[in-house]
Amino acid sequence: MIHKFKLEGYNVLLDVNSGGVHLVDDLTYDVLDNVEPPFDVECPANVVKKLSKSYPENEIRECYDEIVSLYEDKILFSEDVYEKFALASVASPVKAMCLIVSQDCNMRCKYCFAAQGDYGTGRRLMDLETGKKALDFLIEKSGNRYFLEVDFFGGEPMLNYDVVKQLVEYGRSREEEANKKFRFTMTTNGLILNDEQIEFLNREMNNIVLSIDGRKEVNDRMRVLVGGQGSYDKILPNFKKLTALRGKDKDWYIRGTYTKYNLDFSNDIMHFYDLGFEQISVEPVMADPKEPYAITEADLPRIFKEYEVLSQKIRKIKSEGKFINFFHFMIDLDQGPCAIKRLRGCGCGNEYVAISTEGDIYPCHQFVGIEEKKMGNIHEGTFDLDLKDEFARAHVYNKPECKRCWAKFYCSGGCNANNFIYNGDIHQSHKLSCQIQKKRLECAILMKALELMDTAE
Amino acid sequence: MKHIKTINKANLKKTAEKGGCGNCQASCQSACKTSCTVANQKCEKEA
Repeated sequence: MIHKFKLEGYNVLLDVNSGGVHLVDDLTYDVLDNVEPPFDVECPANVVKKLSKSYPENEIRECYDEIVSLYEDKILFSEDVYEKFALASVASPVKAMCLIVSQDCNMRCKYCFAAQGDYGTGRRLMDLETGKKALDFLIEKSGNRYFLEVDFFGGEPMLNYDVVKQLVEYGRSREEEANKKFRFTMTTNGLILNDEQIEFLNREMNNIVLSIDGRKEVNDRMRVLVGGQGSYDKILPNFKKLTALRGKDKDWYIRGTYTKYNLDFSNDIMHFYDLGFEQISVEPVMADPKEPYAITEADLPRIFKEYEVLSQKIRKIKSEGKFINFFHFMIDLDQGPCAIKRLRGCGCGNEYVAISTEGDIYPCHQFVGIEEKKMGNIHEGTFDLDLKDEFARAHVYNKPECKRCWAKFYCSGGCNANNFIYNGDIHQSHKLSCQIQKKRLECAILMKALELMDTAE
Repeated sequence: MKHIKTINKANLKKTAEKGGCGNCQASCQSACKTSCTVANQKCEKEA
């Protein structure tokens, strides 16, 4: 399978199964519309005749030979050899956990997937005992995995800071005897962060995700306090302080959500950059299409254009020798994740679970409250292995749209929660997400290809 | 080559042979939480 696209005056050719990326001229781009394996020794006469109106015949033949040569080198039209690895993740240990320590929030963001923070269950905090049992569960189910990931999530996890602190202490206390290493992370809205808390988070959290949407007017339209006021002025100083004090060896991201109200979101990303935030993740809102802020198919052309604008802005910054990292343009064309990881995706419901404040186990945070996908409860000692198996088998070859999609080894089958919430089936791709994802990937692949070309020169 | 410039090592197949250790980060634990991207994750073996 190949995928080709035109972007910013470049013709990009991707060989899906080898991961090969090629830049090609217009002639090659057109020849590839007319040829595919098995290849003849000579370029077929009908192809030469068809294209000779636009290109010299000898060039067409020469180009054909180059295509065949790359095919023989197995970096064009290469074979899909990965399906045999697709079940490698079945019966996998659990190694990552979203620990929802607070189903309560001190903000009322209008697009919140968790029903303004309480997941529709009423406002609750996780008690210490439940948190400890969750960490015990993770250690017990993690088999030979050494690194265990625990993301403190909410609602707003800092509303339950004392429990977070004690859980970190508890996790650390079990590391040696269990021969495990916890990698704690947190996603926070930053509204309550004092100096002591910042010091603690910077010491203990491997990654910290800081939620803010961008320019003040953009942020304050959606990310509001309980009383309806905007949050920008309250959270920005905290994020500045936290990132300024954060060690260089620790990850962090400013993470925003864009909606129909700010389809010019590259300006929000540049706003972050101008504020001194260089690690940025901004994603489209996922919402019922009836919501006024929801992104719909009609917005896609505008969004696609905006990603192109964003990639130009980022390239300009980098060309000046400065640093900026946009999470969704990160891609390593030579040494990214292995092919087996790329079949598995995020691993939700299999390698990764979410634990609610009551100790209920769900495939991920977005499934919390969906009874049909509840996997068990850590107090009751239940864990539905049939459901785990169902998620383990939800790899790219079991998703009809993914199986034939060029992007399957980059997004790895997309978000099962979005598939379920919007299509009722974890195997049915959420098309809107896919279209946005594919555009982001095209921009990322071109950007990386140009970087690699610059390096080579 | 005159018409085609190959940019990278195109080594995805090789990664299947030595891959699958499962020690890499769950993608949702990084900075997305609503949309899955895996290709931007690091391989733990090469980190």
